[in-house]
Amino acid sequence: MVKKIGSRIYLSIIFLFLYLPILVLIVLSFNNSKTRVKWGGFTLKWYASLLENETIIEAFVMTLQITLTASILATIIGTLAAIGIHAMKSKGKAIMLGATNIPLLNADIVTGISMMLLFVRFTELGFSTVLIAHLTFDIPYVILNVLPKLNQTSKYAYEAALDLGATPLYAFYKIVWPDIRPGVFSGFLMAVTMSLDDFSITYFTKGAGVNTLSTMIYTELRKGIKPEMYALSTILFGIALILLLVMNYRSSKKAIN
Amino acid sequence: MGKDFIHLSNISKSFDGQMILDELDLKIKENEFMTLLGPSGCGKTTTLRLLGGFETPDEGKIFFDGKDITHLPPNERKLNTVFQKYALFTHMSIAENIAFGLKISKKSKAYIDDKIKYALKLVNLDGYENRSVDSLSGGQQQRIAIARAIVNEPKVLLLDEPLGALDLKLRQDMQYELIRLKEELGITFVYVTHDQEEALTMSDKIVVMNQGYIQQIGSPEDIYNEPINAFVADFIGESNIIDGVMIEDKLVEILGTKIPCVDIGFDKNQPVDVVIRPEDVKLVDPSAGFMEGDVVSIIFKGVHYEIEVHANGYDWLVHTTKMHPVGSHVGINVTPFNIQIMNKPESSDEKAVELDV
Amino acid sequence: MFKLKKQFLAGPYIVWIIGFILLPIVLILFYGLSDYHGNFTFDNLLSIFDPIHMKSLLFSLRLALICTVICLILAYPLAMILNSMHLKHQSFVVFVFVLPMWMNFMLRILAWKLLLSNNGVINNILASLGLPAIQLLNTPSAVVFGMVYDYLPFMILPIYNAMSRIGHDIIDAARDLGANQVQVFFKITMPLTISGVLSGIIMVFVPALTSFVISNLLGGGKVLLIGNVIEQEFMQTMDWNLGSGLSIVLMIFVIASMAFMNTHNKDGEGTAVW
Repeated sequence: MVKKIGSRIYLSIIFLFLYLPILVLIVLSFNNSKTRVKWGGFTLKWYASLLENETIIEAFVMTLQITLTASILATIIGTLAAIGIHAMKSKGKAIMLGATNIPLLNADIVTGISMMLLFVRFTELGFSTVLIAHLTFDIPYVILNVLPKLNQTSKYAYEAALDLGATPLYAFYKIVWPDIRPGVFSGFLMAVTMSLDDFSITYFTKGAGVNTLSTMIYTELRKGIKPEMYALSTILFGIALILLLVMNYRSSKKAIN
Repeated sequence: MGKDFIHLSNISKSFDGQMILDELDLKIKENEFMTLLGPSGCGKTTTLRLLGGFETPDEGKIFFDGKDITHLPPNERKLNTVFQKYALFTHMSIAENIAFGLKISKKSKAYIDDKIKYALKLVNLDGYENRSVDSLSGGQQQRIAIARAIVNEPKVLLLDEPLGALDLKLRQDMQYELIRLKEELGITFVYVTHDQEEALTMSDKIVVMNQGYIQQIGSPEDIYNEPINAFVADFIGESNIIDGVMIEDKLVEILGTKIPCVDIGFDKNQPVDVVIRPEDVKLVDPSAGFMEGDVVSIIFKGVHYEIEVHANGYDWLVHTTKMHPVGSHVGINVTPFNIQIMNKPESSDEKAVELDV
Repeated sequence: MFKLKKQFLAGPYIVWIIGFILLPIVLILFYGLSDYHGNFTFDNLLSIFDPIHMKSLLFSLRLALICTVICLILAYPLAMILNSMHLKHQSFVVFVFVLPMWMNFMLRILAWKLLLSNNGVINNILASLGLPAIQLLNTPSAVVFGMVYDYLPFMILPIYNAMSRIGHDIIDAARDLGANQVQVFFKITMPLTISGVLSGIIMVFVPALTSFVISNLLGGGKVLLIGNVIEQEFMQTMDWNLGSGLSIVLMIFVIASMAFMNTHNKDGEGTAVW
């Protein structure tokens, strides 16, 4: 019993640690006070002025564009790659997995710098270079989410479908796809999360004209964070929370069925 | 056989509000091969886990050699378990697996080495000390799991469907091996299975369970020849179970025909279940049987033919060594001694039991 | 025929690996091993022995080590608690630790800055209790704190994963063979979670060693990590050769720590976090 209470307390402390800053940001987004440390009463004005703040909206749109484009492309390339890798012999598989681990395990700063060195040789830094950089670290997440699902699928079911006259494409769609779909989906989600949260790699590959939310905050550190930023991130967090809760609810309902 | 060694006294246990065991009372004798037999969900595994100490009963007590062990944790009980899926420690070698219990009880190095050798020899895997768990086949892993348990010299070995994951041939070999082991070790085996053939082959005593209740306790011969109710009859081997009415002592009516039997003591016109084993049905000339019918299907099974005969609206299952082509008209006969008369289940529980099969 | 085609599906990714993973590394080697005029030299690599660089490298190693140890100490019992809750949906655990990432990482670190600042919430609480204010911000401790905050999930998830893979019957079997709960922990749980621990260590140690943002935000320019040095070489001094040289040194440390982990990880399930 004591043990149970102890572990509950420990759990709460860790969750407080993880979520306290988020709570602070949410509170600040409703704070009607110029200094950030004092509570000046409840207001929604930062949410209203958010729409008029062009720099923030621009950076937000840029962030969304990069995140979504990179995640969707990474999901396609990564899923295809996972199927290819799955079909390889053990040696080829090992080489591919080793290469896949490089962007995951290498230091962000080194990944960012090395890509910058490549890009400045051949092109101008800008939207497309950031996109390529994001794709590079997103694809491994998709592959690592899809591969285990592929390992769980039965090779025989696929072959049975071929035996019954299905074309490879139809057999894939009817047999393999339903099995790997959750992996593809969670890979996509991880890619979105990582892209949205990235700073270092974007920072080195973005060039002058492009700013995501992270890089914008970094450049404006000295000027201080605009309260509209808190409003925006609160909205984003709220959307993510609802989205993930709905998904969790749906998957648990499925599990019950 | 010896005295009562283990006594499960009025044990009740439920999970999530669902009753798994209801006032179960069971005594296990020393040096006995006892099998808990029943369909999945009958409570046999829960009974074993209660013995092993992995569950505590909601009500009732467990006595081991006269001592109350109801609340004793598993590591302090003088019995060992062979788990269904072996549960070998994959991060240890075979020798380390076997030595696990001995090291914990602080036995000397020499003693442990001796024991490993002895145990491996006992399960016919001499020289496997340094192999890894993953390199073994299912049957070999199972032998290691047994070796790992018996080196601790438990007074009772609990086996939870240990042969379930093996293929048929291996399963039969392991059955003989287990009987041999039991005789060599001279300890009590409590064996859980849903496979009636396993139970009949190995056990000194079988406990047939269903839905948390003990249906029948007896020797394999008793259980097979004198099943106490339709559930046991149906679960142990195949049977023709037919609704009947007891006309008077030694006369029962089934499918509109009165046939002689040997049972007495039932009420007049009492509805009963009549159980007849397929190998006890004799196919004779149409005029010589108590009932006539037509052969609907015939399958060659190696030792015998399995024949289905449609007679008086019932499909009789018959095992015979004589061939009867489909469509042939035959008579059905059963010697009175081979007709089992049973009470119809009275409570809804018992009915549920029947439906569950 | 189709077997061959299936492997071709990895084609675009293989091109990607060559173009955007391997080629950049070749380039960083090229820059790091040449001077401004493109002549081969070891000077950039050797500049790590420059006292300032060496100091920041050693300091980074120290902070990364402290951060990794703290994360491990916090994460292991947490993983055990989470595992003992027998959650029906293990994805829930991932969910809880990934969700914060949807709130911008820099803002979250800045929120800590507010909490830790001299007139921040924590010092206000201390003041109301009549305790003297403590300098929390702009210290190495603050940087370590931020790192632990940011990287803790990367330690928890692999350990929790490894732990949830241990079957109940394995624990039961150990108990059955006479092991008490302490013995079960040391003989079964620990050895079987070592792969998770090792990948957790890598996932925390590498970013902690190479971070430059957290030290900028919480260190107030007073904490100079090797990541900060490299960033400055690239973005301010514009000495890309020197920056690349130091990056190679950093990469050597990353590879070395990975190699160390790999030799100690028998089942090779190390890097799969999710």
